[in-house]
Amino acid sequence: MTAVALPEARRRSQEARREAWTFYLCVAPWIIGFIVFTAGPMVASAWFSVTKWNFISSPQFNGLKNYGDVFKDPLFYKSLVNTAYYSFGTVPLELVFGLIVALIMNNNLKGIHLFRTIYYLPAVISGVAAVLLWRWIFDPHYGMLNQVLRLVGIRGPTWIYSPDWVIPAFIIMNLWGVGGYMILYLAGLQGVPTELYEAANIDGAGRLRRLWNITVPMISPVIFFNAVMGVINSFQVFTSGYIMTDGGPNNASLFYVLYLYRQAFRFFNAGYGSALAWVLFIIILALTALVFRGSSAFVYYEGSITK
Amino acid sequence: MTASDVVLQGTASGVSYARKTHSWRWWMSRYVIPGLLYLLLIAGSIPFLAPLLFMISTSLKGRAEIFIVPIRWIPHHFVWANYYNAMFGYTPFYLYIWNTVKVVVGNMVGNVLSCALVAYGFARLRAPGKNALFVLVLSTMMLPGQVLLIPTYVLFGYMKLIDSLWSLILPSLLAGSAYFIFLLRQFFQSIHPELGDAAKVDGCSLLGIFWRIYMPMSKPALATVAIFSFFGSWNDFLWPLILIHKESNFTVALGLKLFQGNHTTEYGLQMAASVIALAPCMITFFLAQRYFVQGIVVSGVKG
Repeated sequence: MTAVALPEARRRSQEARREAWTFYLCVAPWIIGFIVFTAGPMVASAWFSVTKWNFISSPQFNGLKNYGDVFKDPLFYKSLVNTAYYSFGTVPLELVFGLIVALIMNNNLKGIHLFRTIYYLPAVISGVAAVLLWRWIFDPHYGMLNQVLRLVGIRGPTWIYSPDWVIPAFIIMNLWGVGGYMILYLAGLQGVPTELYEAANIDGAGRLRRLWNITVPMISPVIFFNAVMGVINSFQVFTSGYIMTDGGPNNASLFYVLYLYRQAFRFFNAGYGSALAWVLFIIILALTALVFRGSSAFVYYEGSITK
Repeated sequence: MTASDVVLQGTASGVSYARKTHSWRWWMSRYVIPGLLYLLLIAGSIPFLAPLLFMISTSLKGRAEIFIVPIRWIPHHFVWANYYNAMFGYTPFYLYIWNTVKVVVGNMVGNVLSCALVAYGFARLRAPGKNALFVLVLSTMMLPGQVLLIPTYVLFGYMKLIDSLWSLILPSLLAGSAYFIFLLRQFFQSIHPELGDAAKVDGCSLLGIFWRIYMPMSKPALATVAIFSFFGSWNDFLWPLILIHKESNFTVALGLKLFQGNHTTEYGLQMAASVIALAPCMITFFLAQRYFVQGIVVSGVKG
């Protein structure tokens, strides 16, 4: 033991301790926020979901009755089917359209930036204003969509006033924002090494072959990411349903979260609403897991290539 | 001169010959394919732009011209009064804008400062339990906020914050967005640690390094967070719907709902209000396009 080493070692450990404390100080806002606004509410929600409660009187424990009721509730199934229809209608279309648009945008043409801006612009526009706009566009007689269809001799459906066409209308509205996917794809496309295309050229591969055998595998992680986020987001659709149709006609656009909102904040069934929320949570978790499992079949990760 | 040189010369003269007459392949790649692409791009722009033009056109029309078939894209009488009435007449829309500005500014400042501090901790400091904590942060990204709707409403009820704009600001002061933390952490990790070490030798504390070195060096990333935060809180509808009830506390998103009449809809007024509500987002988008693309690519947040 020397006179110099001990203070040196102590100084180091002191420094490490100070660094650790600074770390906890830095992340303290998140930890507090997590406990107050995420973990706490989740525990509370789990408790509410096994009670009968109207927000005012004290909650009464009634076991798993709420969950049993959920699975006997025809509107639960209706809203789930509506949401699934919307989700599986919109996500694959957006994935494919987004990719096609991105492939065209990936060319080095003069003025391509202008087109990228135009195509991306609608993705910036969201919220109530966009839904009001589309509600007017879907007006059966004076709306833009049917007026355009009339020009080419098609008598358009009544869109959001027809139980059969209301979900396709929502899908069309959502497709307008496909530019968001385009931007993500473009970033992925620009990361594909050009050597791969040069090698394929030498081998005499045509455009379509290069697309299928190089581009698609190389950007499959982006496709996968888009698929996961697309499913998660589309299952949470609320604003458009609330503003555009309020679930109508005849509950044909009653989305899951809209139904949850109704139960909780219109009928004040806090217990039943919480059970619906937990079922939604589990459904989204299961869907995400499903997409993850399916991904191993087609997602290609570059890790195996040495750079 | 070897045989291969002869072959090369031969092909060289062949190319120059082809250049004079221009083979069909040359025409294709030079004019035909780009021409077709431009046509496709222009045709494709129409569905993206037409709804916006329809909105602006309607916002400037009176009742009579709105219900004319076929659409009169440029109105004969410009009804600018729609904008005035949307702002001051039909509803106190200016008040909703002011409320929203308060929420937006609160969220922007809160998100930028708190998320940056948290991200700095995860990016640069060493402490036991750090990695497990970061996994927890990331896992909250997968959690649908709607699951928390009811308990959060109850919580704000206990805090006596229902109908207070603070209920919309508070979560962002506590680093509420895992996306922003992730985005800033990625950026902070790209800053060379030697810079911080040098400052430490000069006697700068760890928090001083964050404030004096990391923050000033991360302006693009901070701008991205600020812009996304602005868009998120400007457009947010579900949380204000649940937490704000008094009309004097309405945000823009809630105020827009008031333009949906019960029987007849005043489309001119409604579209004017929509244009007003969308204008700040559009202007920000055009001014800050660069940060936009950056943020989307890093975090995968859609606009």
